[in-house]
Amino acid sequence: MTPTLFVLAYLAIVLYIGIFAFRQSRGQAEDYFLAGRSLGPWVFVLSLFGTHMTAFAILGSSGHAFNFGIVTFGLMASSSAIVVPICLLFIGTRLWAVGKKFGHITPVQIFRDRWECGHIGTLIFFLQAALLVPYIIIGVMGGGTTLSVISGGLIPFWAGGLLVAAVVMSYVFFGGMRGTAWVNAFQTALFLTFGMIAVAVIGNGMGGFSSIAERMLSDAKSAHLLTREKYSPLAFLSYTFNPLSAIAFPHIAIFCMTAKKMTQFKKTVMLYPLCILLIWLPCVLLGVFANQAMEIPALAAKIDLKALTGRPVVADDVMLQLLSHFAPEWLAGMLGAGIMAAVMASDSQILALSTMFTEDIFAFYGARERFGQKAQVATGRLFIVLVTAFAYFTALNVKASIFDLAVQFSFAGFSAMMPLYVGALFWKGSTKWGALASTVWVAGCTIALFFAARGFTLFGLSPVVPMTLGSVFLLWSVSLVTPKPSASTVNRYFSV
Amino acid sequence: MRTRILLILFAYYALHQDFWNWNTARPFLFGFVPIGLWYHALYAAGAAALMYFLVRWAWPERLEAWAEKEPEA
Repeated sequence: MTPTLFVLAYLAIVLYIGIFAFRQSRGQAEDYFLAGRSLGPWVFVLSLFGTHMTAFAILGSSGHAFNFGIVTFGLMASSSAIVVPICLLFIGTRLWAVGKKFGHITPVQIFRDRWECGHIGTLIFFLQAALLVPYIIIGVMGGGTTLSVISGGLIPFWAGGLLVAAVVMSYVFFGGMRGTAWVNAFQTALFLTFGMIAVAVIGNGMGGFSSIAERMLSDAKSAHLLTREKYSPLAFLSYTFNPLSAIAFPHIAIFCMTAKKMTQFKKTVMLYPLCILLIWLPCVLLGVFANQAMEIPALAAKIDLKALTGRPVVADDVMLQLLSHFAPEWLAGMLGAGIMAAVMASDSQILALSTMFTEDIFAFYGARERFGQKAQVATGRLFIVLVTAFAYFTALNVKASIFDLAVQFSFAGFSAMMPLYVGALFWKGSTKWGALASTVWVAGCTIALFFAARGFTLFGLSPVVPMTLGSVFLLWSVSLVTPKPSASTVNRYFSV
Repeated sequence: MRTRILLILFAYYALHQDFWNWNTARPFLFGFVPIGLWYHALYAAGAAALMYFLVRWAWPERLEAWAEKEPEA
């Protein structure tokens, strides 16, 4: 009961932060959606990182490590540690500058202005929105799983998911970007503090990791989890394409435009790899070593099922099971709140979708001029309620694991959209027709992936590789043979 | 300078593919972290150091001034 109370108290705190941010707001669209481009350096660092670290990083990673072993860290964490900061340094700063100079709030606004297009921007909006929804769904799934396990089943999955969805919706609804950024900064600080404590406490409870590692290595059924012998090097290489999605995620791209000064990116770029390390290492270690926790009935059942079928099992709750079993109640509560902190990063995605809808559709098609800015913010809030409700009801019926859902749909699609950002911001020769070809390609591939078998590869490569390379090729080749935007537009963007 | 930075980044990216640690768990760091994991933990820490130098060498200085300047009518 105590851990549940801690988590509920935590939810109350973040709700209060959102309402406090609401009191600071001025009711203008830029203030609600971008916090008036005024976020300070530390809030920017912690919040940007918190925005990127979601249920995927905490629950998805430990579940994947439970099934596949240490390879999980190399697949997503160390590759992100190099690729994401590079994208932030070169593309994030350029997004900030263009947003600041021309008053853009969303990536689609940049694309429309840069390529002198309207409806192609609308198509990009729909694709981005469709790819972002699975990511919001995994946040709700993570919230439901966390509350259900921490409360020992007292709060069922559907009620936990509902509560988390309602809290996230409320502080995004009231606080907008300012509330979301403050909550994210608070959440990141909390999880960074408690992640390593969780490893120490659980390791001690399990009788020391050294003996577990030796036991695993001496057992043929589990030894492979400590190496990468069952994983193809080519598939491992493919995964380095996934972190390209980071900068193409609308919530990250939009967040890049909230910084007060461009110099705020410096700290973020330098600290990002260390934050990744601190979050992912405990999760992967605990996920791997959970394979020896036969004293926990829920984990013993998963281990037996895995051995029986030879197939991976849905294991998003392994870290929570370890925590509930090995940590003292008060500490399990604190750590549970820390996990909840990361799980609830779906807030920024919900806000991003709402920002995109109100700016790229509502305002673009003339409704802001007709109804005013207050109506725009109100529409954004209504959209938040609708998206959250949709994500909640979908999450109740999803059977896939958090890791698979994120990688197969969100990461592959957004990685393949990254060339659009590079084309718009760095290549004078890119055209709207090139952008259209690339967007249609990504949309077609995503639909095909929906029907493809789980774990589908092409010549040993994950789908993200052909999708991204195809997107680059189409943007480049079609742009070469189609008319360019006017010289004045190109000069505006490249006069730096 | 630009070529040198690109070469360094490419070399660091290539180090991610540590095929020489593929089939072995030993040596363990601290008695329990397999080499395939601690190599990549070290890789992430090294990336932070690399980013420190990258920010010093390749910071897009002119971009901020350009963004702050009023756009021409």
